[in-house]
Amino acid sequence: MIHIKRLQEDGTDVVALVGEIDASSSIDLDLAIAKSVGENFTKILIDCSALEYISSAGLGVFMSYIEEFKEKNISMVLFGMNEKVSNTFEILGLNELLLIASDKAEAKKMLA
Amino acid sequence: MIYKQKVGCKLENLKPLRDFIRESLALHGVHELHISEIVLALDEMCSNLMIHAHHCNPQDLFELQIDIQPNKPVVFEIIDDGTVFDINQFDEPALGNLIHDKRKGGLGIRLVKSIMDKVEYSQRNGHSICRLEKKVRKGVE
Repeated sequence: MIHIKRLQEDGTDVVALVGEIDASSSIDLDLAIAKSVGENFTKILIDCSALEYISSAGLGVFMSYIEEFKEKNISMVLFGMNEKVSNTFEILGLNELLLIASDKAEAKKMLA
Repeated sequence: MIYKQKVGCKLENLKPLRDFIRESLALHGVHELHISEIVLALDEMCSNLMIHAHHCNPQDLFELQIDIQPNKPVVFEIIDDGTVFDINQFDEPALGNLIHDKRKGGLGIRLVKSIMDKVEYSQRNGHSICRLEKKVRKGVE
């Protein structure tokens, strides 16, 4: 079960993920990011501080946007992951492909 | 000690299944990071089974068994009547290809193979068994 909250700060879309993302809920993450892209945001922050779990279905959603973000010049930074969630990204080497910051301040700097 | 759980094939059952795995391993003092990796791999195997072999039919059941013995790798068995989805027959797709194709799937096989020490398939009493093994560390080291 995942709750996704979106709020806009200084032209940046901040997407907060609360709960667990698995095969039953990864569609919600996909829809939230698609909405952000559809609303023409070019700076997206993903707040993972309340994300308790992510399965490969959720990781796959992030990965599926990498190419589109490059084409559209969109930058996305994930921040605030707990150790277990960040380990999941590392197992698959996604930490090399996505921008990941430890906190929001650092994430904002990486967007610029 | 053997722990068993029967699961209906709907994706909403993944969460209670993850809780069952976490709780069983935690009872034996398995290191937390190992627990989270194992949960990830089994979530992947079971969601694949629900989606690809059972088309998310909640009436179809499979069983997950966890066998934890001192000084031995933990053995997980997914016991099912359905079609086997043998991940050993699939190569892990290169990350670059997945990104290029904008694919959302395909990561799971990579994940299971990198987390588990062994994945084997067999038949027993008319059931398909997927057996996974993982050496685990105990406690916080």
